[in-house]
Amino acid sequence: MTPTDKPESGGAKPKQPNGEVSRRDFLNEIAFSALGVAGVGSAVVTYRYLSPNVLFEPPTKFRAGSPELYPVNSVTFLPEQQVYVVRTSDGFYAVSAVCTHLGCVTQWKPDSDQIACPCHGSKFKPDGTKIEGPAPRPLPHFLITLTLDGELQVDKLENVKPSQVLKV
Amino acid sequence: MASTFQETLARLRETRVWKSIFRRGPALTNRTRSLAVFGNLFLHFLPVKVREKSLRVRATYYLGSISFLLFVVLAITGVLLMFYYHPAIPQAYRDMKDLQFVVSNGVFLRNLHRLAAQLMVLAVFVHMFHVFYRGGYKPPHEFNWVVGVVLLLFTLFLSYTGYLLPWDQLAFWAITVGTNIISAMPFLGKYVRFQLLGGNVVGENALLRFYVLHCVVLPLAAVFLIAIHFWRVQKDGGLTVRDEDGRKKD
Repeated sequence: MTPTDKPESGGAKPKQPNGEVSRRDFLNEIAFSALGVAGVGSAVVTYRYLSPNVLFEPPTKFRAGSPELYPVNSVTFLPEQQVYVVRTSDGFYAVSAVCTHLGCVTQWKPDSDQIACPCHGSKFKPDGTKIEGPAPRPLPHFLITLTLDGELQVDKLENVKPSQVLKV
Repeated sequence: MASTFQETLARLRETRVWKSIFRRGPALTNRTRSLAVFGNLFLHFLPVKVREKSLRVRATYYLGSISFLLFVVLAITGVLLMFYYHPAIPQAYRDMKDLQFVVSNGVFLRNLHRLAAQLMVLAVFVHMFHVFYRGGYKPPHEFNWVVGVVLLLFTLFLSYTGYLLPWDQLAFWAITVGTNIISAMPFLGKYVRFQLLGGNVVGENALLRFYVLHCVVLPLAAVFLIAIHFWRVQKDGGLTVRDEDGRKKD
């Protein structure tokens, strides 16, 4: 056969008469699959690399001191943890100080008995329920417990119902 | 004077050094002029010929070029600001204050960078509106329209990442609010937020990540896309002036 008889022989796939995969096609597919696997692998490895394993952030579970530090009917803001520890005549509960709208830190206004957000004007009662503003949800309550040595402990990863109150 | 200058330039063009740098001697005919543009890395993506009408000065004159010029200003002033800036807490805020009050001409460069950034967002938007109302997104310009929209997004990302770097109250709360908006994205939101901040709060990792995105990743990607954008302007048949020329649209 001369090249003029088979003009497509230059770079085109050599056809196998019995429909089998040619050696060239087989090796090409192996090579491109390996490249694809390596590409996906690199993407996964890079994603894992960019996710930090150790964070130097305030701990989510922390001690809030002895219950005697908090007078009855008081709201205390813990700035480091961004949590309000509220003591009523029934007992203690912990409310998040982070606005449920867009994450700004709210402020306790003792004069009007309200928690107010400076960013977009949401207002909450001390139990976290919304009075007004764009916040879509009430402020969440966190689990508050007593440690064995009698200190309050708040776990920001454990949300509890607003009705749950720690009696001391 | 002018003739002396031109004579000197003409003599320079005959020298071996000139020919070595530009790969050809003086471009005296239209053909050699075209070849000179095509053969130059910095000019090859520009059109060899531009119709006079498209160069007429109007209110919307050269909006894309203004955007690019502002990008160049931002790159230069940004690099200069980097010489005094540490992306760390609390040094970032102090460096910003130093630039304002201690460094010679620091306040000039910082304000130039900030104002050029705000103007660039404006210029890019106006450029987009201009192209849209002139029908610049129609064939064969569809792909370049898409590149332009991506460049608009890059401009906004650059603006947003730069916003955190002064590390003042405005920056902190803007990024807190902005990344909380990101976390509202369905399914992926909280993962994207975590990766962007390098944590759960706007802190040291977030500042460093925004710095790297702002100074390296996004500008490189923008330069790459700008090159494609310019090249396509030429390949797709130059600036869109068909309607005004009274020619039929294709």
